[in-house]
Amino acid sequence: MVKVDGNGGQSSLIQARDLDKTYRRGGEDIDVLQGLNLDVEAGEFVAFMGPSGSGKSTLLNLLGGLDVPTRGRITVAGDEITHMSGGRLTEWRARHVGFIFQMYNLIPVLTAFQNVELPLLLTKLSKAERRAHVETALGVVGLSDRMHHFPRQLSGGQEQRVTIARAFVSDPTFLLCDEPTGDLDRKSADDVMAIIEELVSKYHKTVLMVTHDPLVAARANSILHLEKGVLVEGRHSPQETAAGGVA
Amino acid sequence: MKFARIIFANLLRKKVRLLLTIGSFAVALFLFVFLGVVRDAFNRGADVASADRLIVINRTSIINSIPLSYRDKILRIPGTKAITHNNWFGGTYIEEKNFFVQFVIDPENQRQVFPEFVVPDDQWNAFLKDRVGAVCGAKLADRFHWKIGDRIPIKNNMYDAKNSAWEFNLDGIYHGKQPKDDETQFWFQWDYLEERVSQGFKGQVGWYVLRVDNPDDAPRIAKAIDAEFANSPYETKTEAESAFAAGFVKQFGNIQTLILSIGSVVFFTLLLVTGNTMAISVRERTSELAVFKAIGYSDLTILFFVLAEALTIALIGGAVGMLLAASAIPGLAIALSGLLPSIVLAPSMLLFGLAAAILTGILSGIVPGLTAMRLRVVNALRRV
Repeated sequence: MVKVDGNGGQSSLIQARDLDKTYRRGGEDIDVLQGLNLDVEAGEFVAFMGPSGSGKSTLLNLLGGLDVPTRGRITVAGDEITHMSGGRLTEWRARHVGFIFQMYNLIPVLTAFQNVELPLLLTKLSKAERRAHVETALGVVGLSDRMHHFPRQLSGGQEQRVTIARAFVSDPTFLLCDEPTGDLDRKSADDVMAIIEELVSKYHKTVLMVTHDPLVAARANSILHLEKGVLVEGRHSPQETAAGGVA
Repeated sequence: MKFARIIFANLLRKKVRLLLTIGSFAVALFLFVFLGVVRDAFNRGADVASADRLIVINRTSIINSIPLSYRDKILRIPGTKAITHNNWFGGTYIEEKNFFVQFVIDPENQRQVFPEFVVPDDQWNAFLKDRVGAVCGAKLADRFHWKIGDRIPIKNNMYDAKNSAWEFNLDGIYHGKQPKDDETQFWFQWDYLEERVSQGFKGQVGWYVLRVDNPDDAPRIAKAIDAEFANSPYETKTEAESAFAAGFVKQFGNIQTLILSIGSVVFFTLLLVTGNTMAISVRERTSELAVFKAIGYSDLTILFFVLAEALTIALIGGAVGMLLAASAIPGLAIALSGLLPSIVLAPSMLLFGLAAAILTGILSGIVPGLTAMRLRVVNALRRV
């Protein structure tokens, strides 16, 4: 169950309390997040929507330990990450977070296999174990026959599927998707979303996703909107959103 | 090393740039080793100088001679073990470009004072019996394809106003005990010189070389020799062989400073070139580095990636440069064999070159590496 009122229980996998994030630009303070609360339980698939500049990606960066809030705290699986040092936060990300970016962000000089293997190089797994994990992950995203292709030899949809494989190959606690279909055609977007849905339903992954696309957001279990620096629950169900309701 | 594939994949992403950077390193290391070898050759005299040898020259200048009669007086000074004398001959073999060093020697004592030059006994005995005999170093014999028994004409206009040829029989070939020993000298007997020179040159030697019983006594003995001949028409200047050799090199100017200056400029330029290449390389993949950091690669690992790339370029370029130098130095040795004896590529020079390459590699990678290390993921991904 997703909650945004700050009354979530201790069982929440991800808990954000009173989050503020202020940027200073051109001598002016811009308050992006203001007292934001969020509780997400394990296995949830949550979509964040909102206009450009509303702070969706900022929220994702904070939850993923890529940035630190100006005020407030974030707890993930019992670990409070807001006061971790840079080095500890990096280690924490390696263990707990899988990132899926809009622009795929694959390493162009590495093959699909090598890209997916990257998170595993930070573990103590043997070469054979790493190979088995990577092959499984690429199998889940339907790219077993493309594992030795370089990103430039793949379509956009295939690149994003490699990114998804890289995000979950190390079995992180949750996945963060920042506009995962933003650069894809509808067919490829559907394929990508089907994989993300499978990760939630079949592999019980927790997924937090930012999107502008109501059809994509509709595939999540919950849709939250960022308005004036805080999260509000969707006024429409995912089905209504998909049917064209204003989110 | 599980990160090797990432490092090599990054290195190979711009192959032309990689080749040019490696080429820069190779040229710089080639130049570095080449200059180092030339510097060593200039300093070789001081390097091979024996601690128990003293050189006695005319106080005015080495080109002024000193009397043969000094020999016995020097030998009487306590602590002196052996003495020999040399003259500079300065002749020409066929044509000017065939320059090599010719010493007029005192055969009786030569081998006692210079034990590092080894001549087989049968050849030496033949030389002693042959008034117009000569002995040369192995490298000199190789240079002119001389063999024992060859007749060698050397013209001289210093002792011989007619510049006529002095004919010598090659009776022996000496080898140095160590690779750095000079094997390019040509020796013949003082008696033969004495016989042919005009009255004004008779009874005169160029300089004395003596060995002392105890090197610690050398300063005392040097002082005693110079005191012995003070206020005479031929005052002397006695110094350790190493000091004499160093002074000789100084006549060419400050070679050490010149070579160090060129070497420093070369390496500084290389540092800028490689540093700039690494900086561009890091800047080009800012977002990729951000991805590495996002998925859990630590700042130190990112620094390691950049340094490893710079170091790999340095090591490959350095190795190529040193191989080029190693293959070019024999040619240089032949070309300069008359002017600079004993041009050899010492293992220490290769190690020094390797250390210089590693240092330059690390220095060129450190600033781009720190920049990559300090990269903020959020900024680098250009997303807010």
